[in-house]
Amino acid sequence: MRFYRLLLRLYPAAFRAEYGDDMQALFAEGRRAAAGRRAGLLALWIEAVADVLRNAVPAHWDILRQDLRYAARALASAPGFALTVVLVSGLGIGANTAVFTVLDAALLRPLPFDRADRLVKLWERLPGYGRLEASPANYRDWRNATTAFESIGAYRGLSVNMVGRGEPRQLDGAALTADVLPMLGVRPAIGRAFTPAEDQEGAAGTVLLSDGLWRTAFAADPAVLGTRVLLDGAPHVIIGVMPREFRFPGRDAALWTPMRFASADFEDRDDNFLHVIAKLEAGVTLARARDEMAVVARRLEREYPAANTNTGIAVTALRDGVSRQSRLLLFALAGAAACILLIACTNVANLLLARGLARRHELAVRSSLGAGRERLARQLLTESVLLAAIGGAAGLAAAALVLPALEQMVAMALPIAGEVSIDARMLSLAIGLTALTALGFGVVPSLRACSGTALTGLAESTRGGVGGSRERLRGALVVVEVAASIVLLIAAGLLIRALVRVQATDPGFRPDQVLTLRTSLTMPKYEATARRAAFYERVLSEIRRLPRVTGAAYTSFLPIAMGGGIWAVQVGERPQDRTQGHTASLRQVTPGYFATLGIPLRLGRDVSEEDTLERPFAAVVSESFARRYWPGENPLGRRFRIAFQERTVIGVAGDVRVRGLERTSEPQVYLPHRQVPDGGLVWYAPKDLVVRSAGDPAALLPDIRRIVREVDPEQPVSDVQLLSDIVASDTAPRRSQLRVLGVFAATALLLAGVGIHGLLAFTVSHRTPEIAVRMALGARTGDVVSMVVRDAVRMALTGVAIGGALGYAAAKGIQGLLAGVPAGDGWTFGAAAVLALAMALAGSVLPALRAARVDPTMVMRAGS
Amino acid sequence: MPDTRPDPDELLPLPPAAFHILMAVADEPRHGYAIIQEVAARTGGELRLSAGTHYRSIQRMLEQGLLLETRERPAPELDDERRRYDRITPFGAAVARAETRRLAHLVRLARQRGFAPGRA
Repeated sequence: MRFYRLLLRLYPAAFRAEYGDDMQALFAEGRRAAAGRRAGLLALWIEAVADVLRNAVPAHWDILRQDLRYAARALASAPGFALTVVLVSGLGIGANTAVFTVLDAALLRPLPFDRADRLVKLWERLPGYGRLEASPANYRDWRNATTAFESIGAYRGLSVNMVGRGEPRQLDGAALTADVLPMLGVRPAIGRAFTPAEDQEGAAGTVLLSDGLWRTAFAADPAVLGTRVLLDGAPHVIIGVMPREFRFPGRDAALWTPMRFASADFEDRDDNFLHVIAKLEAGVTLARARDEMAVVARRLEREYPAANTNTGIAVTALRDGVSRQSRLLLFALAGAAACILLIACTNVANLLLARGLARRHELAVRSSLGAGRERLARQLLTESVLLAAIGGAAGLAAAALVLPALEQMVAMALPIAGEVSIDARMLSLAIGLTALTALGFGVVPSLRACSGTALTGLAESTRGGVGGSRERLRGALVVVEVAASIVLLIAAGLLIRALVRVQATDPGFRPDQVLTLRTSLTMPKYEATARRAAFYERVLSEIRRLPRVTGAAYTSFLPIAMGGGIWAVQVGERPQDRTQGHTASLRQVTPGYFATLGIPLRLGRDVSEEDTLERPFAAVVSESFARRYWPGENPLGRRFRIAFQERTVIGVAGDVRVRGLERTSEPQVYLPHRQVPDGGLVWYAPKDLVVRSAGDPAALLPDIRRIVREVDPEQPVSDVQLLSDIVASDTAPRRSQLRVLGVFAATALLLAGVGIHGLLAFTVSHRTPEIAVRMALGARTGDVVSMVVRDAVRMALTGVAIGGALGYAAAKGIQGLLAGVPAGDGWTFGAAAVLALAMALAGSVLPALRAARVDPTMVMRAGS
Repeated sequence: MPDTRPDPDELLPLPPAAFHILMAVADEPRHGYAIIQEVAARTGGELRLSAGTHYRSIQRMLEQGLLLETRERPAPELDDERRRYDRITPFGAAVARAETRRLAHLVRLARQRGFAPGRA
């Protein structure tokens, strides 16, 4: 019998209470009838178990349906309350779902490659320099020396002009060694991958297309295999099309060619341009691979002391391609979203507590009509779950809406699709958050509503419910809201200060009214320096003749847009050792570059068209370069070695923030564009055109395109941008992170204000009789108002104190994002406190006015 | 519990279990075991309501206003105090009549199509 009673526990409690005894009696009668017959008894038990299993779920469903119907009616009768709860919980769920989806895509989800957890990158590591790409010679030696990896391959970024079908295009991609694609476990969707034979110097050119390029440039033609295209003038045969989701090494890769090494590539160990990717042998840990590579690094140091002294080898998981800063940013956003959810839950819990109090009469009536305590709690919880479910749906919709704005925060450099989409993981997260929210704001109020005092509501009439533990709980919830919003305000405030500070940084040039675009000259067509010079001369002289153009010039790379191009520097007899940071960022420029960009020339002269190979090698250096090597001396006429030549300083220019506003840049060296032997330094051949206009620089574009076309019809124009946009893009991640955090902080502040208002309004309406008595006893309006406002200020101050401490801790956590603004910035903390107090006062205005308007005679008469 | 009784036709067709329970309590209040026995006897043992099915039906029928739990109880020596007794309501009787009408109409239609039992 005990077992049958246990079995009955599967039914809802209310059902059990009603019919449990009856069913036990029924079962007992069945047992009596089957007494003594083993088979009969067995059949009875089997039937009983099957019966319970068959009916328990429908019985629960019956009650749920009833409760849902009741809940829907109850909520429909309080639409303002229902709407507020749905909006507030939707906000919390939506913010969290969106942020965690981005976090998931950027940090958690495995990369879309075979055994992605075993993929690593290998780097050269130099003191004071961090990680550096590998030189081909070191790469070759690593390959031959290690056992920790199943395979090792290399790739380098590629930027080529493609002439095939349609307009010439400027495309980004990568050159891969034949090991890379098999290592990633990716096969072309059409055609074949590279063979090791294609890695060899002199093999016929082959190319793989991205799905996107295949669709846009070749109209998704399956017969594209075997088609010949020209990449930078060299013939390549299309051998395959990669699957749509393949993005490697970054999101914008459009084509891949085999990586070829010339024997000359292995001569200079300081020529670092290879990204080395490897797959750990099964069972080999990252730590073991690091130990092994440390041994290899020490051996190479001994063998090649000139180039490899102090050169270590770093092994990092491919998944960790996200920079520390964007990682920190994502965690900060996740923290902010969690704050919002906390505030939303406390707010809704407060609303439900107030509503539970207001409904005590109704609950008491139902209780006296025979509804059990469990039944009522279940009913209230159903209401919360229903609200949270609607809120969850609203949140999911909101998240889907804001996701595109958050996508910018996923680093471009990750080999994943740019679109962060709503998928099963996101859905389950939203459902989980909804459940958490419903429990968070549903359980406590429903338990409280059903506790003894609540059910005595009939006798107690409508008074009471204020004072004691209940009000303390509600007050504490409001304090939590204020504290959480203070934390967000402080974080947002500090980031605003940091943004202002970064934006105030002088980039070293005047970015406004400058149009930039790229004409990457095709090699080997333009390998001869004179041929390039002729191109520049014709293009620039035509452009300078356009109306309102005040300057035009070419450079190897635009500042901020490209931070690399670093060379070792040797001054005097000091040995050339890049490990001590004797490096400079190298650019070839045409005359007029400094004037066009507004970089001040402090000493000497600009490069000129007369600086040819027949004249002594010349260079313009930056102020920091001159200060470092010839402090307090005149740098003009001094000599130093860079890029294979000894050069004489002819001028000193202002420093430029080549690596962006927030990073320290190497000193700069500018070379005259004609002082390069044919085929030398081709990567540095000027390709970026800068044009300054007295009017709207963008209006020049059609004329510039025409001029380029007239000079060389096969030359594509790409990367058209305003220089001011390039500078702005440097702070774009900051601005988007600030927008999100700012919206979060504003929402939190508003919610906290609503919370304060709700609590005070409720308190005042329930304390009306008490207020009336006080006024009848001589209290003035001012006393009553200040009583209400005091409550608000007390809660706000408590929240500010707690939130201030937490905010300081949070600020310490995001110090890396603050660009030098101290975590305890007084202005920010003060402003946050003032805002919170202002919000508390604003929230108390209406309740205070209502308290002031209490008419003692009316209230006393109504109460008697 | 609905305040305004809906049209009896709205509850049709009645689940067979519910119809049998209504018939079992048509003339006197009965408790669960008695109803199950009565239904089994009436159908010649063909329909044996299980406890779960029976009480879920009872619960639903109480909600729908077809049944009412009653305080009338038999003499103490015949009673088990754990038992609950249910009786039919006027609305329950109206629904039973409506279901009978529906079934009779159905049978009439079937006969017209030549589905009378006993004929080939």
